[in-house]
Amino acid sequence: MAPHDIRRPFKRAAISDQQKRRELSLLRQAQNRRDAQQQARCLASSILSLQSAAPESQPEQSDIELETVPEAEQESEAFSKDLDVRQASKLRGPEVRKWFARQLMLPEWMIDVPDRLAQDWYVFARPAGKRCFVVSSNGTTVSRQRNGSILHHFPSALPAGAKIRDGSGSAQSYCILDCIFHELDQTYYVIDMVCWNGYSLYDCTAEFRFYWLNSKLEESGACNAPSHYHKFRFSAVPVYNCDQSGLHAAYTGVVPYAKDGLLFYNKHALYQTGNTPLALVWKDDNCSQFVIDTDGKGEIPSQQQVVLELQDDRKLVTSDDPPVLFGCLDGDIIEKSGLHTGNLLRFAIGDGGLSFVDGKLEKADLIYLGKSNRARAFADSYSKVLFQFMVRHSPLKIDDLLASINSANDQEKTPSDIEMVG
Amino acid sequence: MAMEVTQVLLNAQSIDGAVRKNAEDSLKQFQEQNLPVFLVSLSGELANEEKPVETRKLAGLVLKNALDAKEQHRKFELVQRWLSLDGNAKSQIKACLLKTLTSPVSDARSTASQVIAKVAGIELPHKQWPELIGSLLSNVHQLPAQAKQATLETLGYLCEEVSPDVIDQDQVNKILTAVVQGMSSSEGNTDVRLAATRALYNALGFAQANFSNDMERDYIMRVVCEATLFPEVRIRQAAFECLVSISSTYYEKLAPYIQDIFNITAKAVREDEEPVALQAIEFWSSICDEEIDILEEYGGDFTGDSDIPCFYFIKQALPALVPMLLETLLKQEEDQDQDEGAWNIAMAGGTCLGLVARTVGDDIVPLVVPFIEENISKQDWRQREAATYAFGSILEGPSPEKLIPLVNVALTFMLSALTKDPNSHVKDTTAWTLGRIFEFLRGSVVDSPIISQANCQQIITVLLQSMKDTPNVAEKACGALYFLAQGYEEMGPSSPLTPFFQEIVQSLLTVTHREDAGESRLRTAAYETLNEVVRCSTDETAPLVLQLVPVIMMELHNTLEGQKLSSDEREKQSELQGLLCGCLQVIIQKLGASEPTKYVFMQYADQIMGLFLRVFACRSATVHEEAMLAIGALAYATGADFAKYMPEFYRYLEMGLQNFEEYQVCAVTVGVVGDISRALEEKIVPYCDGIMTQLLKNLSSNQLHRSVKPPIFSCFGDIALAVGEYFEKYLMWAMSALQSAAELSTHIAGDDELVEYTNSLRNGILEAYSGIFQGFKNSPKTQLLIPYAPHILQFLDGIYMEKDMDDVVMKTAIGVLGDLADTLGSHAGSMIQQSVSSKDFLNECLSSEDLMIKESAEWAKLAISRAISV
Repeated sequence: MAPHDIRRPFKRAAISDQQKRRELSLLRQAQNRRDAQQQARCLASSILSLQSAAPESQPEQSDIELETVPEAEQESEAFSKDLDVRQASKLRGPEVRKWFARQLMLPEWMIDVPDRLAQDWYVFARPAGKRCFVVSSNGTTVSRQRNGSILHHFPSALPAGAKIRDGSGSAQSYCILDCIFHELDQTYYVIDMVCWNGYSLYDCTAEFRFYWLNSKLEESGACNAPSHYHKFRFSAVPVYNCDQSGLHAAYTGVVPYAKDGLLFYNKHALYQTGNTPLALVWKDDNCSQFVIDTDGKGEIPSQQQVVLELQDDRKLVTSDDPPVLFGCLDGDIIEKSGLHTGNLLRFAIGDGGLSFVDGKLEKADLIYLGKSNRARAFADSYSKVLFQFMVRHSPLKIDDLLASINSANDQEKTPSDIEMVG
Repeated sequence: MAMEVTQVLLNAQSIDGAVRKNAEDSLKQFQEQNLPVFLVSLSGELANEEKPVETRKLAGLVLKNALDAKEQHRKFELVQRWLSLDGNAKSQIKACLLKTLTSPVSDARSTASQVIAKVAGIELPHKQWPELIGSLLSNVHQLPAQAKQATLETLGYLCEEVSPDVIDQDQVNKILTAVVQGMSSSEGNTDVRLAATRALYNALGFAQANFSNDMERDYIMRVVCEATLFPEVRIRQAAFECLVSISSTYYEKLAPYIQDIFNITAKAVREDEEPVALQAIEFWSSICDEEIDILEEYGGDFTGDSDIPCFYFIKQALPALVPMLLETLLKQEEDQDQDEGAWNIAMAGGTCLGLVARTVGDDIVPLVVPFIEENISKQDWRQREAATYAFGSILEGPSPEKLIPLVNVALTFMLSALTKDPNSHVKDTTAWTLGRIFEFLRGSVVDSPIISQANCQQIITVLLQSMKDTPNVAEKACGALYFLAQGYEEMGPSSPLTPFFQEIVQSLLTVTHREDAGESRLRTAAYETLNEVVRCSTDETAPLVLQLVPVIMMELHNTLEGQKLSSDEREKQSELQGLLCGCLQVIIQKLGASEPTKYVFMQYADQIMGLFLRVFACRSATVHEEAMLAIGALAYATGADFAKYMPEFYRYLEMGLQNFEEYQVCAVTVGVVGDISRALEEKIVPYCDGIMTQLLKNLSSNQLHRSVKPPIFSCFGDIALAVGEYFEKYLMWAMSALQSAAELSTHIAGDDELVEYTNSLRNGILEAYSGIFQGFKNSPKTQLLIPYAPHILQFLDGIYMEKDMDDVVMKTAIGVLGDLADTLGSHAGSMIQQSVSSKDFLNECLSSEDLMIKESAEWAKLAISRAISV
């Protein structure tokens, strides 16, 4: 096993002219082939259109309808991903739900305590309510829930959020906020800022986004009481460094909203769409009314319920990427209930519970209940199922979190030889 | 039952050629007469402590060669042969091999390690030799150091040989435990630690599960990092190699360690011996590769599901990383630019700096500019060169807005340095930097403030003058001119280079005639630049390109004036012929693209074709390919008249199609068959039997590189379209080949590369169907195609349902649907109506944003409505 050569090309163009000649030849050949075939077809199609007065083709009505595409082409490429969001906020149809669901950064559930909590993480009390994306552009504001359905369509004091701001409400200025709508005081609590006044914050760390959120939101007047051109109040939430006192403040501090658990954000994490371990949610009975999932009637079922996705080989998986396998569904059930690949199915976890080997799920005792609610866009994540399971059996307590912050200082222990167990 | 092989093996290493030949023949004969006995004897020789070390080693090598070969098909045969070998013999051989691992003779041990890995590579995937890993590891702790080293080496080779999915996690755990413990500080023996560290490098690919376990990952990382500080330099180097490998395999797991790794690498880069420092730099280059890939995949579009997020390690390390890399730039070696094989810390550091610039863009600029300003006019050439290299390195990545002001300041300085700097190094790097300026900032040539009417003259004068400098500087000057010319591609009727065209061409030709043009790739660079200048020329200079034709023809003619050549001279001759054929190809393509120039050019066609045929007669693979490519271009330009060259050319065409070894040649020839089909149309009929036979033979061969198969299918379509119903003769064979390939390519299971390949295969198959349908249209024999229609529709439905076709396949596929409907008409009406393709797929294509797909879909819709309505 000799040392491995690591030479890289030095002061050289990456492509050889011979390779270029080959590729140009192939290109020319492909073009000529296309021309030859096109010619054959053109002949045919001119004959066809003379013979059969086929109507001018009309694309089939598709599920998604684009109402308008405002000045899309004029914008620079840098805004393309933001444009997607703005255009999509005008989309309709079932597909859009899935699309939207993918745009939010979704915290994983905290199933173990991350390292360096005190140094690298923020904590804040999550307001109870509906998680949504608020998009302001072209003089209007739309809020979309996690499943893509529209919550409100309203004027707001956000930049470009209402039709009064002549001039300033240009196509360039728009905002995308990650919010929770709190029913009781009819307030949008802004938990993250994705774009502000045309400026994208996707690539910025949470540290910067929170700083920006706090300074800009206040400035805009969006935190003012509701008025004719500003239908709902917006508010920031108090964010703390996750040290002893910060965690304590978030956990016990008084806030104007009902709490639903604590959210932990890694300070260095960018705004990442989909499930991410760099944002975590944790709950206990003291800081949330909704620790244990309830069923459709708002009651806590005697057995934990989970929603899993059916794959084509009968496998049942979570929404994670890559998905985590929970088991296989009996062929009989699939046939009897007329299930298809991609269906979201509800299960109860039986007395067998979940069993783990070396920290990995090995077996789950699943009892089939039926298809899930249609509004669900996707299955539960692994961390959610596990958190719910732990809550029912051996919950992660606030004391555990505080203890891990305390012990972080004396962690300089020397590890010894370890047997690999994978 | 064993034979005596010692003497034969000794003879096989004799300095006397005749003795050697004799011995080799005997070995071959033994092998053919009784393979099991022969192999057992070899393993016995290897294991026998009383035998001389040379014969033991050679016995092991012969054994190894009986298990593995470079060529795929040969390798496959050897694997089958071993699997079917007598079980007793195999057990004996394996026992000997394992025993040899404890031999006191180091050469014997290490040979045995390699052979064991080869056997494992064959048997483990077939679930054979399950006890191997257990028996290697059973007593690894009690073994004497030498045997322990051999065991670890064996594990390393084994991991290199087999793929991770054939070893159970349980066994992986055991291997990793042994390897990592062998590396750790508790192991006292240096050789053992080195073997363990190198073994880990190969075993890393198996450690997926272990890297997902925080504790185990921490442990592995700690041991690797510790090994980077070990007193033995080879261990430090191997440990850094492991880090490099980890950086690409486990990028997403690195966050907790990156700060420590930075400290380790920074220390190694500044203080350690070069082989170690090079790996330390490579770590960061590799991180750049990862982040560039991730960021490219996002493409600024966060809706895409990327598995791995970007952790922006480079961005975070930037303030410390850039100064460290800039320091390395000052450690150049004298004459590194003349030495093709050179690779040193300055080169590695500069390369890494370039990657960093691509990773972070604008952010690097303020960190590098002070270094450039500080060093660019210093007395010491090293400082001037380093400053220039730093500048050149950051030209790709940052935005033009950020770079253009800098370039505007620097350009005059650079032009002056290229002519006046006393140091050849500095000039080399300066010319390279100019090339990078033209390459990366030319997007805005027309409106950019970089090149103006005023300085264009000066730039060209300086570059042409530098082409007279030493070969390495001249080569870089050619490169700069290449990119300068490229900036004026498709400029319209007039190019700023027009006034200089004659002078540029003349200078480049002069370069090709330099005595020392063979050094530093200079001649090749000059021809490549000439090609680019021709490609990017405008109508204004067409007469000058025409004048170039007889000049290059004369050059090619001169290479053919036969005197007896040594093999070295023959190689040079064939290389030069390749360059000249390449140049002629570019010229033909350029002049053939417009009617007036094509007409004038045609006066040379006979002579050029004559030269190409003579080049073929010299028979060398690369020339063959270049001449073949040029002939394709010539056929396209000549059209039906090309028929007159066919009688003489055909045998070379056939030869090209038979060239499996150099599959590029084969692929290029297949493409030329397409060119000729379109040029000759029905006049190609007399050659079709031979061509189709050879193409079908190629398809059924497992020796032909798979990349040639898709173009062969497309070529069926070209031929069918050219010859029409005459294709009936081959229809059954072609359809059956297409059908079995179609079945294989409906479902894809595999990595991106395989997906890409399968899509190219699908495209080839579909192009064949299109050509066949179109060729048979309006002939009385269309009904011959009806029996194939159900399968073709099924194939279309199949790939539609798979949802993994790319845009090209989509366009071709929907076109086939149209062609089928068009050619078969009402015969296929009900069949078409039943297919998914005619509804969902067609609708999807009709609403596609890709105009080509939409156009094909419109055509298909029209053809279908016609087929159904009748």
